[in-house]
Amino acid sequence: MARKLIFNIFRYNPQDPHSVPHTDTFDLEETESMTLFIALTQLREEKDSSLQFDLCCRAGICGACAMMINGRPGLACHTLTKDLPDEITLMPLPIYKLIGDLSVDTGTWFRAMHEKVESWVHTSKSFDPQAEEERMDNALAEEIYELERCIECGCCVAGCGTANMRQDFVGAVAMNRIARFIMDPRDQRTEKEYFEVIGTDEGIFGCMGLLGCEDMCPKHIPLQDQLGILRRKMGWSAVKQLFRRS
Amino acid sequence: METLFTDVLCIGAGLAGERVAVEAASAGFSTICLSIVPPRRSHSSAAQGGMQAALGHCAMGEGDCPDVHFEDTVKGSDWGADQEVVRLFVERAPEAVREMAFWGIPWNRVVPGRSAYFKGGKEFEKVEATEKEGLIAARSFGGTAKWRTCYTSDGTGHTLLYTMDNKVVELGVTVHDRVEAIALIHDGETCTGVVARCLKTGKLRVYLAKATLIATGGYGRIYRETTNAVINDGGGAIIALDTGVVPLGNPEAIQFHPTGIVPTNILVTEGCRGDGGTLLDVNENRFMHEYEPEEAELASRDVVSRWMTHHIRQGLGVKSPYGDHLWLDIRHLGEHHIKTKLREVEEICNNFLGVDPITQLIPVRPAQHYTMAGVRTNKDGAAYGLKGLFSAGEAACWDMHGLNRLGGNSLAETIVAGKIVGEKIVEFLQGYEVQYNTGVIRDAVIRQQERIDGLISGKDGNENVYEIRNAMQNELMDRVGIFRNGSDLQKAVDNLQEIYARAQQVGLRSNGIGVNPELTLALKIQGMVKLALCTAYGALQRTESRGCHAREDYEARNDRDWWNRTLATWKEGDDLPTLNYEPATETVELPPAERGYGVCKIISCDGEIIGEE
Repeated sequence: MARKLIFNIFRYNPQDPHSVPHTDTFDLEETESMTLFIALTQLREEKDSSLQFDLCCRAGICGACAMMINGRPGLACHTLTKDLPDEITLMPLPIYKLIGDLSVDTGTWFRAMHEKVESWVHTSKSFDPQAEEERMDNALAEEIYELERCIECGCCVAGCGTANMRQDFVGAVAMNRIARFIMDPRDQRTEKEYFEVIGTDEGIFGCMGLLGCEDMCPKHIPLQDQLGILRRKMGWSAVKQLFRRS
Repeated sequence: METLFTDVLCIGAGLAGERVAVEAASAGFSTICLSIVPPRRSHSSAAQGGMQAALGHCAMGEGDCPDVHFEDTVKGSDWGADQEVVRLFVERAPEAVREMAFWGIPWNRVVPGRSAYFKGGKEFEKVEATEKEGLIAARSFGGTAKWRTCYTSDGTGHTLLYTMDNKVVELGVTVHDRVEAIALIHDGETCTGVVARCLKTGKLRVYLAKATLIATGGYGRIYRETTNAVINDGGGAIIALDTGVVPLGNPEAIQFHPTGIVPTNILVTEGCRGDGGTLLDVNENRFMHEYEPEEAELASRDVVSRWMTHHIRQGLGVKSPYGDHLWLDIRHLGEHHIKTKLREVEEICNNFLGVDPITQLIPVRPAQHYTMAGVRTNKDGAAYGLKGLFSAGEAACWDMHGLNRLGGNSLAETIVAGKIVGEKIVEFLQGYEVQYNTGVIRDAVIRQQERIDGLISGKDGNENVYEIRNAMQNELMDRVGIFRNGSDLQKAVDNLQEIYARAQQVGLRSNGIGVNPELTLALKIQGMVKLALCTAYGALQRTESRGCHAREDYEARNDRDWWNRTLATWKEGDDLPTLNYEPATETVELPPAERGYGVCKIISCDGEIIGEE
């Protein structure tokens, strides 16, 4: 027999002067292969059409639907209800500004992050449309892709001890982005320039090593390794700069 | 009313919209992109397999050039494409791939030496040349004579979109995410911007622009079973159609992708078959080679989807609680290949099916995937009917795909068309000035505010918007699908007209305050049903079979009477589109002939009957 699922969902519409933050409870009959995407859509269409949440690709590719699922950040679209208990509590991600109910403003946060870490290839060269492309070893291309797979869902930030305490912490997602560019020979930034971006308490030295990021990443990006490599690199860079100064 | 001014307004911040924005901003024009989601969540990110460009670096791509790409694309389109546009596209595609490499794409590269590859389930060997080491590699895709599809594992759309958005950030282009354009501002001759609804607050806002671009992608969500994201509901096509003067090109041209997984319809890439994966039936036998001896699993998508449907109708599908399906087999490609080149496929199978594709079969069947249909533009990307309005990418009917798009040509189109249309907009803006008519702007805003107020108050009725959407989706799915016939299409048109009448009587159940999702859909539902009617009615009138449009009652491709493009406009107050036709192509480099795959039955331009009876 199908389970009856109980959903406790955070509700608040900041645009409605009569709305106060509270929890609504809904029940829903579980169906085969039900995901939280299916459940939430059904709740909206059948029980409360004002329910706000972010769902987009429903395939674990776009990163839109991150939320707190029974206290842990995760993607609603690829969370199967069969892996959850009868009672499911859904809250919006922390850190990001609330838009309403389960919907948060990741767009503004990520744009600011991209600007801060200058998330693009820095080069003095200009593109020559007639020329053959620069060569790259395939193994290196695959290594870059490994880090490029990040979908910027925000789960690593929501699960980060430091980010939950200090708003200016850039989070594993930004560190991963920098690691990706350090690896890429097309980016001509020097170690010193990278250091200026993340060699601070807002960056790599703010990381307490709790590694909630690694545990929460739905794409299994090797964040622990990258944080370790960056810490070592930036540590050396700091030491070198100390000597240069003296 | 909050009003913003810009030179260029891109509606949509997926690959096409952002590529146009990059071009305009690089030329010094102020540019704003609107997007209903943060830009990196756009559906471009879900494109997996790759981007076609005739670089010819890999062994199996040797001898490739734009001419071969041209021929493949025109055949793929079943001669529905505009050949001048196809030529423009194929010539610029290699440069576009290299430019993306320059901006940071980690394209897979040529590894010299011997390596194995699979075709039709059998193993073969190829030798990559030492002098090509490290150049951009390519994989095989359907309907292509050469391995031409450049890729980054099976996350090609993702890397392209992230790199493009990096460029947008670098150039400081303004992106207003969570803003939805709900009406174009125009006086019947010139487009001067949009009325938009902020999806962070629910408030209306006006954007005034010298050039407005529609790059909102496709609208697969008018179908029940689609690979598309939930955001692909036709916003851009709707506001174009609502003008009454801008036509949609070939609204009947809807692509079904052979391999949506069952039951969620999530896409698994054509790269699976390109890399040697096979399709199996209930007896775990291959069947595509029996229908298509040459191309087998790698015929064009329209052809493979039809044979799959046919095979299921023969009783050879696999029974499931979600209806019959077939199997996709990539087991023989091996763990290493799957874990490096088909990573998303592996994750999707693990997460959504509980299937390990390294050892198990993947349940698949055709699902709606792509709209070749779109805002009709000329070769510069300028929309028919309104000056100052442009369109690019899947939202547009530019028209390089005709009645069937080849896999790998959609990502390529977004980048190449984005670049070309961007250049043309820059040319258009040189010395161009526009008069903003405050009366026109005021009327447009009032009209939208009244729609919102009416939906909230329920003054037109209390029809449930979700029920109407479901009815529309079912109608298209059941009667305007892979195989079509006159009586079903007529019934679909009749039923959709009724559904359209109900769509005009929608009232909200909730209070509509702020970013109310019910209101967001209610504002679009009439437009979505209009798109559905354009598709069904266009399909009813086209009494031939071409590309994806397969009429069981008119099986031949009829070049004598139907070598043309449907143009659908919608006059205010009507409950059907007005259809006109134009020649499919003015330039003919490649005269109509056999495609080399699919059922060959042709009525030629001079009335000769070619092929099977």
